[in-house]
Amino acid sequence: MPKEMDRQLVGDLVAAGVDFVTSVPCKQLAGVLEVLDETTSIRHVPCNKEDEGMGLCAGAYLGGGRPCIVMQNTALGVVVNALATLIQFYHIPLPMLISYRGEVGEKVACQVEMALHTNAILAQLHIPTYHFHHPDQAAEFPGILAHTQMCSKPTAILTDASFWGAAT
Amino acid sequence: MNRHDLLKDLIPVISDHLVVCNIGAPSQELAALDDRTSNFYMLGTMGLASSIGLGLALTQPKPVIAIDGDGSVLTNLGTLATIANNPAPNFILLIVDNGSYGSTGDQKTYTSAKTSLASVARACGCETVVEAEAEETRAAVADALRSKTMTIIVANCDPGNVDVPVITRNPVAIRDRFIQEVQR
Repeated sequence: MPKEMDRQLVGDLVAAGVDFVTSVPCKQLAGVLEVLDETTSIRHVPCNKEDEGMGLCAGAYLGGGRPCIVMQNTALGVVVNALATLIQFYHIPLPMLISYRGEVGEKVACQVEMALHTNAILAQLHIPTYHFHHPDQAAEFPGILAHTQMCSKPTAILTDASFWGAAT
Repeated sequence: MNRHDLLKDLIPVISDHLVVCNIGAPSQELAALDDRTSNFYMLGTMGLASSIGLGLALTQPKPVIAIDGDGSVLTNLGTLATIANNPAPNFILLIVDNGSYGSTGDQKTYTSAKTSLASVARACGCETVVEAEAEETRAAVADALRSKTMTIIVANCDPGNVDVPVITRNPVAIRDRFIQEVQR
């Protein structure tokens, strides 16, 4: 059952003109994905691996679409090359709505291992990064989406367990 | 017939269409043979030509031909499932299958042994999969364009590259002129 926060975030995507979303699921993002599938103005094309998703998003952008990728932070271990040589090299705006697994509240120890690398990878790639730790911070999402288009860069929106735990 | 000769033979059929071309030798050979603003050259990112092509086909109505290779499809096999389950009638995926990693010195890929990408595509749910010899590829692509049906073509050809220059055009210039073609 989607939360109000899931509807708010997808509503912000729609308002920002996002019309193409690809995803690899995460438990924390299940509600977002459910709302996406109900949203007729967005074509949701699930991918099998997140670098494949970056390719889909690049193509959608070339076609005049406005893409977004929804994925888990572990995916950053997969997409470094696609980000550097496709999304960044060709200056493609791409918001990445990311579940930030492995932060406080995490139940799966292994998730902490990639959480330790998440900010380092994003910093190394010089990707504008925003961390939603409290539900109030989601108010920044529309501005981040506009900023992504303005600068034609990938941006990372990290949503952690505290954020999702407190979200209604 | 190697990939260069296959591409050369193909040009009259594809030159008026949007083409997404695979990294390395395929893009370099296409650029040397027939540089067009309607060609999107991948300068990096092995494996994603089919994904870029599908994303492009799903967001605008013009025909899209993604020219990929066996090695690149093998590195992104999941793309065939995504393509099958999100069909775009304006999408043609042409897999130039020379059984080798052509850009890196013609090391053999598994399609040179037991693996059939046409069978994989069918098993993934792609409904129109055509296997063609290199000499038949031009007709197969023309048929696919006429059919307005999403088609996967696996074209068998010989390994080998020709000596052509690296693409030095700025990626954003490639992007911008391609987008202008999409919007024309």
